[in-house]
Amino acid sequence: MFVRGLKRKCFDGEEDIEGTLAGIKAIPSYNLQRQSLLDMSLVKLQLCHMLVEPNLCRSVLIANTVRQIQEEMTQDGTWQMINTQSTGQASLDRLVSTDILCRSSRDQTEGKHVPAYGTFNKDFESDQAQDSSETMSTASSVQAPRNLQNNVWEMENPQENKGNFQKSLDQIFETLENKSSNSVEDLFSEVDSSYYDLDTMLTGMMSNTKMGHCDSLETFSSPTNTASNSNCKSDLNDLDHIVEILVES
Amino acid sequence: CLAGFGSLMQDVLWCFSQVKGTIDTGVTEADIISTVEFNHTGELLATGDKGGRVVIFQREQESKNQPHRRGEYNVYSTFQSHEPEFDYLKSLEIEEKINKIRWLPQQNAAYFLLSTNDKTVKLWKVSERDKRPEGYNLKDEDGRLRDPSMITMLRVPVLRPMDLMVEATPRRVFANAHTYHINSISVNSDYETYMSADDLRINLWNFEITNQSFNIVDIKPANMEELTEVITAAEFHPHHCNTFVYSSSKGTIRLCDMRTAALCDRHAKFFEEPEDPSNRSFFSEIISSISDVKFSHSGRYIMTRDYLTVKVWDLNMENRPIETYQVHDYLRSKLCSLYENDCIFDKFECVWNGSDSVIMTGSYNNFFRMFDRNTKRDVTLEASRENSKPRAILKPRKVCVGGKRRKDEISVDSLDFSKKILHTAWHPSENIIAVAATNNLYIFQDKVN
Repeated sequence: MFVRGLKRKCFDGEEDIEGTLAGIKAIPSYNLQRQSLLDMSLVKLQLCHMLVEPNLCRSVLIANTVRQIQEEMTQDGTWQMINTQSTGQASLDRLVSTDILCRSSRDQTEGKHVPAYGTFNKDFESDQAQDSSETMSTASSVQAPRNLQNNVWEMENPQENKGNFQKSLDQIFETLENKSSNSVEDLFSEVDSSYYDLDTMLTGMMSNTKMGHCDSLETFSSPTNTASNSNCKSDLNDLDHIVEILVES
Repeated sequence: CLAGFGSLMQDVLWCFSQVKGTIDTGVTEADIISTVEFNHTGELLATGDKGGRVVIFQREQESKNQPHRRGEYNVYSTFQSHEPEFDYLKSLEIEEKINKIRWLPQQNAAYFLLSTNDKTVKLWKVSERDKRPEGYNLKDEDGRLRDPSMITMLRVPVLRPMDLMVEATPRRVFANAHTYHINSISVNSDYETYMSADDLRINLWNFEITNQSFNIVDIKPANMEELTEVITAAEFHPHHCNTFVYSSSKGTIRLCDMRTAALCDRHAKFFEEPEDPSNRSFFSEIISSISDVKFSHSGRYIMTRDYLTVKVWDLNMENRPIETYQVHDYLRSKLCSLYENDCIFDKFECVWNGSDSVIMTGSYNNFFRMFDRNTKRDVTLEASRENSKPRAILKPRKVCVGGKRRKDEISVDSLDFSKKILHTAWHPSENIIAVAATNNLYIFQDKVN
């Protein structure tokens, strides 16, 4: 688990303020680590929409990780705190499902199989009954393009003063949760927005200290770090492209 | 030389024997080896690659003149098993990559193997032709039909020797039975049936019937939103044709008995190790996902590989493995980086030696590890061109975890994570191993005294 020592340090009166602040900046908080892991996972799942045929095992494992983080954030009260601020929204307690996280892969893998022969597999009949169109506009996912459309317009809002990455994550989360954008903005409003610049986040991770036996967010070396940064940037461009396509469809 | 490790008091010294593949630094994607398998006698060694090709090597007869060249493996047959396909309904490409090859036991002069990509299993017959008939009555030597009115006498065609030709022909194609990606195939001990497993289902086939299969396991939830677990590997028991196991992404193994029900939804045994609370992290589930499961030759044990360990389970004890071996525990503190670059999802395989006394699995930096179950000793070896002098003894490698790095050690941060040994194979009765390192196949043998 991630260490929560940072909070205690804040309240430690022995240390001078400056030392404490330096300590805060050097060691990322548990919440921040958890949030960046969540962000990373969501990006990975979004990327799986773009692959030819996503690896189902990998998608399920990432989705389970996202769920686990959500559960913990719900128990923490981090999630609930945000929830209470939203007005008349659907409950955030409904956890993200693999189905929505890997929407296109599900559409593509389920129900499209046409058995060329009689089998003893009872599921073939039910698969055929569930047969739906290939595109994103299936019955259950028809709301997704609409939400994304809302988000695209939301992006133009000058009041949103967060980085591009943040916006893309909002879109992803919107798709996942089928909510209006307000609750998602509220979710992130509690935390210092500068931490949501990916470069800052990853740089901050790199300078952390060993957490003993606990896992810590770290990268191997600078080259890897910058590579992942540039990957994220190009992913954002892909994401914008995807959004464009969805909005037009 | 038998793998009689039972009374092993000295370590086996592994020597380089051969390497197959190009030396070019740039790797063509299609040449990446995706599966390696010896046949039941060890005479043949098959590899499959990402380009859908199968290459079979045959061990040459041992020569009394050159006893130190203990039967080298040379190319016997090469053929294109699978081609890339396009699924028009889903607008998706179906990769031609060979996921698994499994040999059938030899029953006549020909060899049979199963090869599979994500969607289709094929039964290939590999046979030799070293004679051809000559002296047909109706055809001349070029194959052209002769004018019947010109034939004045009859003769019996005779078989004349010709240059050895090895031909591979697809005898059966088992298609259209898997919605998800096939990860395993396993030949049953009855030699009449086999199973194919994908992410959510396992099907049972009869070799003679290609248009029908029995679904024996189905873990697909009615509502895909509830999907949290997939099948990762499956195998038949080596002797009991009614028993098989399958592993899951949650680190569990289920043993099923096909006699109990047509659809084996209820397991006969459920193997799971309780989680260690002190090691819990957000990555716990991912690293517990089992990438390979193998029965021992005896059928008494199963071995599983997850991201950091290899475990041996006794079939009679479900609540924990009897042995756990750390493959590369120094990666435990790097899990987030490995998650970021997707290495945490690499699927390593594991193998038993012929006597079930030693187990082997791959790691990164072209390292592979062997664990002797009796002596509890382990060794790390490397498959690299630098160690590729004929009969050169492989030097054990060591990863330095922290502190002062000794001269021959390599630090964790220097490991090359693009060089991963995912696929290895062990000769059924001798100390000969085949190790696939990206696009190269290394063959190592133990030192002949």
